[in-house]
Formats: sequence, C-alpha cells, structure tokens
Amino acid sequence: MITKRIIPCLDVKDGRVVKGVNFLGLADVSSPIKLAEFYSQCGADELVFYDITASAEGRRLFTDILTEVASKIFIPLTVGGGINTVDDFDRVLKCGADKVSVNSGAIRNPDLVREAAQKYGDQCVVLSADIKRVDGEFRVFAKGGREDTGMEAISWIKKCVGMGAGEIVVNSIDTDGVKKGFDLEMLEAVCDAVNVPVIASGGAGGIDDFTKLFKALPKVDAGLAASIFHFGEVQIKDLKQELRNNSIVVRL
Amino acid sequence: MIAIIDYGVGNLFSLKSSFGAIGADVIVTDSEEKIRSADKIILPGVGAFSDAIAKLRATGLDKVLIDEANKGKPVMGICLGMQMLFEKSFEYGEYDGLGLLKGSVVTMQDVIPAELKIPHIGWNALIFKQKDCPLFRYIKEGDCVYFVHSYFAENCDESVAATTEYGAELTAAVAYKNIFGCQFHPEKSGEVGLNILRAFCETEAL
Repeated sequence: MITKRIIPCLDVKDGRVVKGVNFLGLADVSSPIKLAEFYSQCGADELVFYDITASAEGRRLFTDILTEVASKIFIPLTVGGGINTVDDFDRVLKCGADKVSVNSGAIRNPDLVREAAQKYGDQCVVLSADIKRVDGEFRVFAKGGREDTGMEAISWIKKCVGMGAGEIVVNSIDTDGVKKGFDLEMLEAVCDAVNVPVIASGGAGGIDDFTKLFKALPKVDAGLAASIFHFGEVQIKDLKQELRNNSIVVRL
Repeated sequence: MIAIIDYGVGNLFSLKSSFGAIGADVIVTDSEEKIRSADKIILPGVGAFSDAIAKLRATGLDKVLIDEANKGKPVMGICLGMQMLFEKSFEYGEYDGLGLLKGSVVTMQDVIPAELKIPHIGWNALIFKQKDCPLFRYIKEGDCVYFVHSYFAENCDESVAATTEYGAELTAAVAYKNIFGCQFHPEKSGEVGLNILRAFCETEAL
C-alpha cells in the first residue's frame, strides 16, 4: 500500500524562510537548509519550497539554496513560485528539484502545463490551485489568492490534468489560516473529478485534522501545511504515529 | 570508484550527491575508459524506454556495460536503468533491452485494479524475496522507498529481490550474481535509500 504523505511547505524570500519559524533547539530557524534537514530527519515525506521573491537577485539566491538543499536532503523536492515558462522548469530541475508546481503561470498560459509535461513527464508537473467559494461555485484565484479569475475550479483542474498535470495541490482560501480543518467538501469535489494524486492544503490546525482528512477522503494522497509545523504545534513524528494508530498507512 | 553512466538522459545531480553523502568516490561520465576502470557501474534512467535505450546505444556504452558486467563487475540499474537490464520492454511497442537479466518490462495497467492511479508515485514498503540480498544489508523488510513508475519487470523469478504491494506485487529490486537494480529511487528514499547505496558500494566483483 502506498503511504499517505505529509508535506511541510517552506516559503523562501531572499534566501530565508519566511512566515516566522519557531523551533526549539534549532539555532538558525530561517535557514532553508537547516529546516530542510530538520524536516527530513523528522519523517517529512517530501518538501515544498515556494520562491516568493520578486527580484532577480532573490531568484539567484533561491536556486543556490535549492542546489545546496538537493545535495544534502534525499527525499523528493517540489519547487513553486515564479514558474512561468519551460525555462523556469529547467532552471529549478537542474538544481535538483523533482517536481515543479505551477499556479498563476498556468492561468496566464495554460499551454505551459502541456509543454512541461511533454518535456519532463506528467509526474514532474504539479498544478497548484488557490480556490474560493464565490456565488455558490468553486472559483480559481490568481496572484496568491488576491484575484478572482472567474474560472470554475473543477473544470480548470480537469483541463490541466488533461494537458498533463500529474498532481494537484488544492489550497482552499476559505479554510486557509482558519486552523479548523481541511476543506473536505472542496477536496472531495476534486478527488471525484480527477484520477491523479490530490494534495490537501489550507486549514490544518492540529493532528486531528489530518486524521479526519484521510479517514473522510481515502482518495486524498497527502496533506500539506506550513505554520503548524514551523511553529512546532504539530510534530511530524507524532502526527504520523497518530495516523498509524488510526490505521492510516504512513512511512514511519 | 563508482561510475554513473551519463548518456544524456535525466538529471544525475541527486544521484551523484547521494553517493557523495555516503562518502563514496563517484564520477558521472560518458568515457569508456573511466567506466572500464571503475569498480562498479550505475546505469541511471528516466523517461521512455525506447528513447533511453536508443541514446545509450548511440554512445556505444551499452556494449561496454555488458562487457564489464560479464567480467563480474557489480552493476546497478536505477528506475528505467533497472528496466533496461532486462531482455525486453513493451512500453509503447516492443524493444530489446540489454539482456543482462531474464524477464521483460510491461505496463502495470493490466495487473492493478482500475481505481489505482498510474504512475505509481510515492513511498511504498519493500517485501523481501531474497532475505540475504547484499543490497538489504543495512535495511529491513517493510522499510519504505520512493517510487515513480508506470511499468514494471515481470517473469524475473531468478532475479527478484524485493517487491512492493500496489494492487499487485510489483518488482521493486533485483539481484542476480553481480547485477542489481532498483525500480524505486534510492537517491530520493531518505536514509533507507542511502543505506541501499552504501550496501551496493560494498558488493564485490565476481
């Protein structure tokens, strides 16, 4: 049985991890390399790095860091943020990323998904979608959740899977930051629509939220979160043990 | 010295780094001379079988690899590299492999339930078929490794060293005399993966 994956997400700006990280016993908590090592040792199944810098200098720093992380951490790495062209795929894959996540870049140019999938394989292309309920439907938002694209989310996701997206990150804007659990209704709608791995994001407040997620929706493959891991509210080891106690298959 | 054969397929950065992490002396090379002088050879590979085997043959290094393997040098194929060690692949057609191992590579579509997703991507547990396989010296049955594949090796009873359960038992690792292979990615399988590479580094020529 394939295991359910637990994925911490690190936002990197100008070479440092942002969103505030608060770890006991970790001297340099904003070093992406130290944090990546820490998570890898704790049993994270994969790491996601989002490059949220806007400057060319920041981007160069990001690729340097990615190269260093990939030379030290031997679990799958996914990279997102600022991916607009096939050249951007090339840039981060050469640094040792295994998968590349696209969001606004695919909204601006949906062919990016097709071109990248043809060149690097479906398994390499992750579609990340920021979704919010508007007028009774699921709507795709762009620019970090600030702009309503007017597109209905399920049909957008189906279209991208048809073009070669090999995995979907569903980030619910409605539950993000609320810490009252994942958006099960939204996730179920996505799981019913596609047959590629679905990663739940947005809303995890504690261990129980992951248990509820995998119990309610066995088709969800992974749970992604940032702050609850960064602030030490949830230890990945404890989380995975609790999942196993609930008969959910995880890698310990 | 371990030679990772560079024949223009895929990214060898992580593979090279992972050998570096366990202190192995490793080189990524397309030089016949260096491959012949290495103690062990790694055949990597990602992408489509037909494309990869054609590229390998175009370099002429397929003959070098077979020759060195026949002399008893330890060889390990990784992912598509493992599949290439077999006699045939039926990925989008029918193609000859290197024939170092008996068996063929087929789609998992016909053997796993329709509701399971293809590719088989993620961490899955190893079921040992050869308890004393040299590759497993530092790991235990049930340890998880990271897979990304849509095809698998069958009719390989002679060499299968471990399988994994994904709606069916799929070949996960092979070992026969001095020929080894991993369907999964040891360079992406954390400590367990590094321990498999470490064990391979300690295998001896026949």
